[in-house]
Amino acid sequence: MADSFDQQTRDDVFDYLLRLGDDRLILGHRLSEWCGHGPILEEDIAISNIALDCVGQAIGFLRLAGEVEGKGRDEDKLAYFREAIDFRNLLLLEQPNGDYAYTIMRQFLFDAFSYHQYEALQESRFEALAAIAAKSLKEVRYHLRHSSQWVLRMGDGTEESHRRIQEALDDMWMFVFEMFESDALEQRLVAQGIAVDASALQPKWEEMIANVLSESTLRRPMEPGYQSSGGRRGRHSEHLGYILSEMQILPRSYPGAEW
Amino acid sequence: MTEQQILEYLKTVKDPEVPVIDVVELGVVRKVVCREERVEIDITPTYSGCPAMKVMEQDIVAALKERGIDDVQIRTVLHPAWTTDWMSDETRRKLKEYGIAPPERVTGNDLNPLNYAEKRVACPFCAAEDTRLTSHFGSTACKALYYCDSCQQPFEHFKCI
Repeated sequence: MADSFDQQTRDDVFDYLLRLGDDRLILGHRLSEWCGHGPILEEDIAISNIALDCVGQAIGFLRLAGEVEGKGRDEDKLAYFREAIDFRNLLLLEQPNGDYAYTIMRQFLFDAFSYHQYEALQESRFEALAAIAAKSLKEVRYHLRHSSQWVLRMGDGTEESHRRIQEALDDMWMFVFEMFESDALEQRLVAQGIAVDASALQPKWEEMIANVLSESTLRRPMEPGYQSSGGRRGRHSEHLGYILSEMQILPRSYPGAEW
Repeated sequence: MTEQQILEYLKTVKDPEVPVIDVVELGVVRKVVCREERVEIDITPTYSGCPAMKVMEQDIVAALKERGIDDVQIRTVLHPAWTTDWMSDETRRKLKEYGIAPPERVTGNDLNPLNYAEKRVACPFCAAEDTRLTSHFGSTACKALYYCDSCQQPFEHFKCI
């Protein structure tokens, strides 16, 4: 199908796939920072597994992006040899891990978004994209079970765990609505049945988080307050540069290194 | 050289994480096509980030090379997405004997992402149903951790996806 895209569509799909891939790549990298530092052994293992799934999904999207672009860039080239301004991930996902409550709440809010995004993307007319979505959806179900159960456990847990996870939610709220921003590029692809309108995912997401938050005795922050955005256009927080310097140093120092 | 023959060879390639089951019964090998001297194999990943996939790919190439087949082309396909429902009863029995509680058939409950009602998984060691989930993620992405309150053994359950 990619062969039949005109140049505009090709450019749009490339950018759209970077958005999907970079979200998972950057989140996966953040989660991998917990490896060896998890609060308990089971969580160390769980979060590392989730990191692997995220990076695996990113590989799928970035590989496809490279094919659509048609300039010989593969997933590694795209991950390791782009600058911060070329990354298209959400600002929420590049925020530092904070304490475990922050990591879990960020994961829950994104999992709930990702779940509905994949569910809708399975129906994309671009079969290669639909296939990645259908596969990833199965994995995200487990991520969502994991993160929602920890939100419940911490929210409805001790006074301290409740305070910490409520603070985490309040702190990251300013990054949340970037998930549902749609732009002209996305709308062009929605019109062709390739992409999903992010703003249309919000009602389902709201319903899901309302259920979990209320069961967890947590309070949804007053909306919307100050909202930060710009990730989809390459306008990132200072944190992304630090992530990339760590993630990219090896292939940039030793291009073509294999072991 | 026939496709059937190649499949037989592939049955000697085990999952590196679960060495009692092979890549064919695991459902990773989707299709084998023989074209003269060349063998084309479609494989599908169990989980997107499963690090064992690369090993399985290398093991497949090595196993065929051992039998004098050098021209092997492996292609990764994602559709249809891998499911534990492809495992036969025999494969499930092998998992259980190895000490891993096998996956049940995927049900509507498995599709619910906010599923708090944990299902009963029988202990692979003592068959008791007095078990509980300790973590959704085990030593590999495909397994969850359980604990048997009857024989006091931790064990792994192959997740249903």
